[in-house]
Amino acid sequence: MAAKTADGTYAFSRKALRAKKWKSLRRRLILNWELYVIIALPVIWLLIFCYYPMYGVQIAFRKFTASKGILGSPWVGLDNFIKFFKSYNFERVVGNTLSISVYDLVAGFPFPIILAILLNNCLRKKFKKFVQIVTYMPYFISTVVMVGIIIQFLSPKVGIVNHLIRALGGTEIDFMAKPELFKHIYVWSSIWQGTGWTAIIYLSALSSVDPGLHEAALVDGANRFQRMWFIDIPCLLPTIAIMLTLRAGSIMSVGFEKAFLMQNNLNIRASEIISTYVYKTGLAAAAPDYSYSAAIGLFNSAINLLLISIVNYINAKINEISLW
Amino acid sequence: MVTFNERGMKMASNTSAQKMVRSKIRYSWEDKLFDIVNDGLLMLAALIVLYPLIYVVSSAFSSPDAVAKGKVVLFPVDFSLRGFEEVFSHKAIVTGFANSIFYTVVGTSVNLVMTVAAAYPLSRKNLPGRRVLLFLFTFTMLFNGGLIPSYLLTSQLGLINKRAVMIIPLALNVFNVIICRTYFETTIPEELIEAAQLDGFSQTRFIIQIVVPLSKAIIAVLALYYGLGHWNSYFQAFLYITEKSKFPLQIVLRDILILNQVNDIIADPLLYQAKRGMADLLKYALIVVASVPFMIAYPFVAKHFVKGVMIGAVKA
Repeated sequence: MAAKTADGTYAFSRKALRAKKWKSLRRRLILNWELYVIIALPVIWLLIFCYYPMYGVQIAFRKFTASKGILGSPWVGLDNFIKFFKSYNFERVVGNTLSISVYDLVAGFPFPIILAILLNNCLRKKFKKFVQIVTYMPYFISTVVMVGIIIQFLSPKVGIVNHLIRALGGTEIDFMAKPELFKHIYVWSSIWQGTGWTAIIYLSALSSVDPGLHEAALVDGANRFQRMWFIDIPCLLPTIAIMLTLRAGSIMSVGFEKAFLMQNNLNIRASEIISTYVYKTGLAAAAPDYSYSAAIGLFNSAINLLLISIVNYINAKINEISLW
Repeated sequence: MVTFNERGMKMASNTSAQKMVRSKIRYSWEDKLFDIVNDGLLMLAALIVLYPLIYVVSSAFSSPDAVAKGKVVLFPVDFSLRGFEEVFSHKAIVTGFANSIFYTVVGTSVNLVMTVAAAYPLSRKNLPGRRVLLFLFTFTMLFNGGLIPSYLLTSQLGLINKRAVMIIPLALNVFNVIICRTYFETTIPEELIEAAQLDGFSQTRFIIQIVVPLSKAIIAVLALYYGLGHWNSYFQAFLYITEKSKFPLQIVLRDILILNQVNDIIADPLLYQAKRGMADLLKYALIVVASVPFMIAYPFVAKHFVKGVMIGAVKA
């Protein structure tokens, strides 16, 4: 609009325009005052419960004592981080976290995609619905119950797995006591629990495939396998890319609950991960070291942030898909 | 997609111009084989998921003796409800159950109000400052202070061992706010707001009387997400609640299922053999009781669900 005004009045009209713009902004602010009041509560909540802890994370750089408070505790720079990097637990904890998470990603990622494609290709409607309901049911089981089921099934005396092993003439195995088995139990039980649920996302992506593509392929004489291979799978790729980004970005974060609940003194060598270690050094220890524990947590969050940014950047470059 | 496949075939075979293609479109042996392999694999998947669930349920309905001796294979052996009687005679379980219902109902209600209150303003494109606010919300999904600073905050606020600790710090999930905002953005047209403004609706009234009724689908989905989160939540209570009378079900479950603390259930030492079977039976019955509420609730909101998950996956 400013460009269209006559020569001499340019400066004046820009001023007028700015005034007008300001006026319209003020009008919009006034018009929407109710919305600001409405969102105030969630924003205050956010500032207290999400941003204040971010401010509090500076204790990672201090030697925190409760009596002195956050700002009163002396600044120690990177000491807490260096202590963690040098500790004998560093390699073990980071190694366990990474290996569980990578294993989970590599083994678990294809299953929901395969299930969704199978469901999508199923012509028997009732059977399809039945399989869908059955496969997402385990999602509703809580972590505590899930771990309870795992322990019960794998129990050396009463567990069904060992009943079977004995019936086949083998000797019973105490699965939960073997560190080398921890990863497998963790990952495969997650696959059992989560596949049906995650498949819903791919299934809805498949349902939005343009029917015209299938019609054209039919006319060209493509059989069902070919249509799946050349239409459904390529159409799923953007969704796969997004899901892969999300998963890859959280490769350093293995949830606390399941690993913690599955831990015991015998498998701790393989089951101690960053999040459980943070809890143990910070809150469960006889002499809790808040600063040290916060530093480990911050180290983990920072890497997660870095990872998701990198993966998202690559994704944006290659596939033109971005999370933000 | 399924209906399309069938319809697509019918359409093709009805047009005379495509008679040449017809023979190929009809079930060729390749398509039949594909069908068999496809549904066979689905059957396998269903069995793998279903068997452990059936085993748990069947065990829960069997007698203590049958469970202890490992007689249950597929169906209940010596059908009995002893396990469930035992579950409900255990005071800690009943208290935990009641507490969990309280936390879930109150928590979810707070969640829904807060989520709509955050999501609606964020969905209005002409709201000044919207981008800043949105960033404030989304940034928390990428970075957080972590366990220790949150713990210090909670204890500073004096929330430890208060029931409120199960509700207030969990009052909002930013991911759900984003899903809800996207839903509002795509389903509430600008014209509707203008029309309501002309009719003299205040914005609050517009949200309560028009936006919420129009968004039943997403609210049902969010209620299930939040409700399931509260019901299954273990970590929050584990960190902040030590008083037994305030324990949610999941903490009680952990004591029994994982830490094996069932000693106080059967007092009679003469029944040692029965005791062991009973302990296992109790576990199975408990698993069923704890998991059933949401498995039953799900079908009622199932039809909304795919939509909710879809929006979340694509736009988050």
